[in-house]
Amino acid sequence: MVGAAPVRHKSTGAHPGAEVTAGHDVRRYPGFLPVTILCLIVLYAPLIVVMVYSFNDSPSITIWGGFSLRWYEDVFFGLEAGKFKDAAWNSLSIAAMAATASTVIATSAAVGMVRGGAFRGKSASFALLSLPIMVPEIVTAVATLIFFSAIGFTLGFASILVAHVVFCIPFAYLPISARLQGIEGVYEEAARDLYASRAEAFRHVLLPLMAPGILSGFLLAFIISLDDFIITNFVKGAGVETLPTAIFGAVKQGIKPNIMALSTLMLAVSVVFVTVSWLVGRSGTKPGG
Amino acid sequence: MAGGGDTGGAGRIASENTPGTWAPLRGWLLAPSWLVIGVFLLAPVGMMLVYSFLTKEFRGGVIWELSLAAYDQFIFDRGLFGDEPPQLEWTYITIFGRSIAQAAAATVLCFLIGFPTAFFIATRPVHTRSAWLFLVTVPYWVNLLIRTVSMKFLIRDNGPLNEFLLWTGAISEPLALVNTNLAVQLGLFYSYLPFMVLPIYASVERYDFTLSEAAADLYADRWTTLRLVLIPAVIPGIVAGCILVFVPSLGAFLAPDLLGGAKNFMIGSLIEEQFKGNAGNWPFGAAASMILLSMVLVALLYYARQQIRGERAG
Amino acid sequence: MKRERDPRGARAGGSAAGPPAIELRGVVKRYGSVTAIREASLEIGDNEFFTLLGPSGCGKTTLLRMIAGFEDVTEGAIFLYGEEIEGLPPNRRPVNTVFQQYALFPHMTVAENVAFGMQRLKRPAAETEARTRRMLDMVELGGFSERKPHQLSGGQQQRVALARAMAPGPKVLLLDEPLSALDLKLRQAMRVELKQLQEEAGITFVFVTHDQEEALTMSDRITVMSAGGIQQVGTPHEIYEKPRNRFVADFIGETNLLDVTVEEVSGGGRCLCRLANGARLECEAPGAPRQGAAVCISIRPERLSIVMPGGDSLAKPGGGARAPRTVFPDSPAKPGGGDSLTGVIRRIVYLGTDTQYLVGLEGGSGITVRTRNADHAALGLGPGDRAALNVDEGAARLLVD
Repeated sequence: MVGAAPVRHKSTGAHPGAEVTAGHDVRRYPGFLPVTILCLIVLYAPLIVVMVYSFNDSPSITIWGGFSLRWYEDVFFGLEAGKFKDAAWNSLSIAAMAATASTVIATSAAVGMVRGGAFRGKSASFALLSLPIMVPEIVTAVATLIFFSAIGFTLGFASILVAHVVFCIPFAYLPISARLQGIEGVYEEAARDLYASRAEAFRHVLLPLMAPGILSGFLLAFIISLDDFIITNFVKGAGVETLPTAIFGAVKQGIKPNIMALSTLMLAVSVVFVTVSWLVGRSGTKPGG
Repeated sequence: MAGGGDTGGAGRIASENTPGTWAPLRGWLLAPSWLVIGVFLLAPVGMMLVYSFLTKEFRGGVIWELSLAAYDQFIFDRGLFGDEPPQLEWTYITIFGRSIAQAAAATVLCFLIGFPTAFFIATRPVHTRSAWLFLVTVPYWVNLLIRTVSMKFLIRDNGPLNEFLLWTGAISEPLALVNTNLAVQLGLFYSYLPFMVLPIYASVERYDFTLSEAAADLYADRWTTLRLVLIPAVIPGIVAGCILVFVPSLGAFLAPDLLGGAKNFMIGSLIEEQFKGNAGNWPFGAAASMILLSMVLVALLYYARQQIRGERAG
Repeated sequence: MKRERDPRGARAGGSAAGPPAIELRGVVKRYGSVTAIREASLEIGDNEFFTLLGPSGCGKTTLLRMIAGFEDVTEGAIFLYGEEIEGLPPNRRPVNTVFQQYALFPHMTVAENVAFGMQRLKRPAAETEARTRRMLDMVELGGFSERKPHQLSGGQQQRVALARAMAPGPKVLLLDEPLSALDLKLRQAMRVELKQLQEEAGITFVFVTHDQEEALTMSDRITVMSAGGIQQVGTPHEIYEKPRNRFVADFIGETNLLDVTVEEVSGGGRCLCRLANGARLECEAPGAPRQGAAVCISIRPERLSIVMPGGDSLAKPGGGARAPRTVFPDSPAKPGGGDSLTGVIRRIVYLGTDTQYLVGLEGGSGITVRTRNADHAALGLGPGDRAALNVDEGAARLLVD
């Protein structure tokens, strides 16, 4: 979804009618701006409220007791700090490994699909690649649990990792293949014409041109892995927690301020990631050639 | 360098549509993805289908004996030991019905808010457009669990929303939103709204506004133009958005679980309970998953058919 | 599709002893059931500027891509200086390509682009660097080596593409419509430069274009292609003045195509033909036309002129009388043995350097005449006037198919 935004725009700069004040601008619909603002309020209000209350000094979540960082301190050094630290380590290491593996697999698949010419079973391959997105998460979770228990695979870190690699593949694949589709085949032809072997053409030409898509795919896969609760919850087994499962367990007893601080931290990580990805994608959509 | 000469022989045309530079290595390149998804998703789904026809073992797991009990249980109540005359059982049918209704309502709500938003963004000048889009996509990247918890925090009985409404005088006592269908609806809408905005945005962005000008020139007012010209042109984006909202809403777990409580069960919670909770009926959970998967596949096939029809129409 | 082996053009370059730079022997290309190239055989000489000319979809680019190694040959063989290269991947063929949209690597600087081929060939770094500089100087872009391609204008990108392709020192340079993305003025300037570059570098250029003017101005020899087949091979002069068939005559420049019947086959490659209106015309006739055959002839508009009374081909600017008048009452016998053509002027189009007359011949068909304004300003003729036309010696040419 990232980087899929079309590069070419029919109207560049200020759209016509903007200057012709009396003109009939067919792009303008009264009421659409208020709806957009409402939409943004709905999207942001809960997040902002939680962020604000995470700095609340009061142990009660209803009463505002002044600004404080005590709940952040609690996250890092409080009673549950050890639990959170383990969960964070699990989450981050699984996300890093799953994103790396799925990005490699997705890059290879994208080259095969986009540069493999026409072949029988292309749409079947595409269906298989998008399967993890198509199947509802809860179904994937059930199927994976049944599979692991049937083959006698011990649930734990490894089972979470495998499940994450699977559902991260399409998320990595989409921006990578979108990027690759935008790269004309003629660059590789030019490289081959200039005495590059297939491997050299890939390393010196295709890979650098694909890089923004690959980075986008990696970041997306990383976030998706970090985000996952349902599947992890099914295949994690006893004793292994990731941040979402730890938070879920905690909020079952009610929303406590330290959870809000933890949530705000995770939110900040996500925003940093999406911003980096956005900037990369923006520079990436202008290959200039 | 867009739009150069249109010349060239058949070779150029063939190579531009499907550059086959990697065709000889295609199999090797695709094999890892086939293998990983095939072994760890396709095979598990097949195994889940098998499990749905097995006999339950109490406290989780299965006994390897073929049985239709899991599917039978959906529709009929045969008493605690299965020896009473079958009676129509509404519990699970109601849960599925509620899930479909909630997902449909979330889809409509997302469309009503998402379409104007997507349209508004797509008609911004190019340099501000990506910033607007960024603003809409950021929440999608934030952990779904955190978002749902935040929503719960916002709308709980003495939460900030109620305090705000009391302060404005719009209500005289707090709204009991949590643990209602409305709260679940709000949660679903909030979770999947970006999925509606993005594909519609992409369609409107590609829409040729001279068509609207032509309609205006031919005496159509704004809303007639929207209805008769613009919406038909961007219908693929709308269908994509609706599918992207409907499918995950149908199988949602977090929003109904955290915001709906025990009375407002949806399919997701029902399934989860079979594996994580006390009910522990694996074949029944597998059967429920299969039914959910079938419904999703129907929606996706409908979507695929629409897309193909759209392509045929040009 | 039999055709005579074309005698090498006026200048085929190279010594007759050595093998041709490129030889295509019975090359066929099929995509499934679609035939892109029907049996092409060609010899391209050493040092030759050789052009493949044809409308879009005629197979000229496919032919070029087969030489480069991007498409494999369905049947036949391709030889480079006598060695068969079919089956070799593009990176093992000592030929380089200038792509239509240049295909400069966008993530590399100009210098990195130019050095790319030499680096792949594992040339010593110092040599590569020196040659990169020399190539950039050659295309007058010495100061741009650290720029990225998108920071250059279209014309500059074009020069980088040329430098990049020539840097490894290929035996043959393939150019796929390299000028088509440039605007008219730049294109015209580049034609001269490209030709000069080819002569200085002393290598064979195989140039693909759909622009006949480009082909005529630069080439040593031209191959005209259509519908996957080679229509004619020859020097620009031969292609223009002696088109073999209807397609070539029609595709290159403007021409009048007239349906005639062969009345009498005279010796020396000539014959007398009768037009639909009964007028007779002496024509150049390659091959051996059959008497009585219905054929087609081509006459270039500039090889026709309007004859004023008195017999001179065109007189001084016409007098004031603008009333419809008969310029020439009856067809006089012409030295060539045929009749003069007469008709009525239907339309006059002023073209700046030339004036074009559309004349309706007796019997219905129309014919276009082009006269240079500098030679004889206005004739004082108007639509509706009768006119007699003079056909230059050897201008009417019988076409094969």
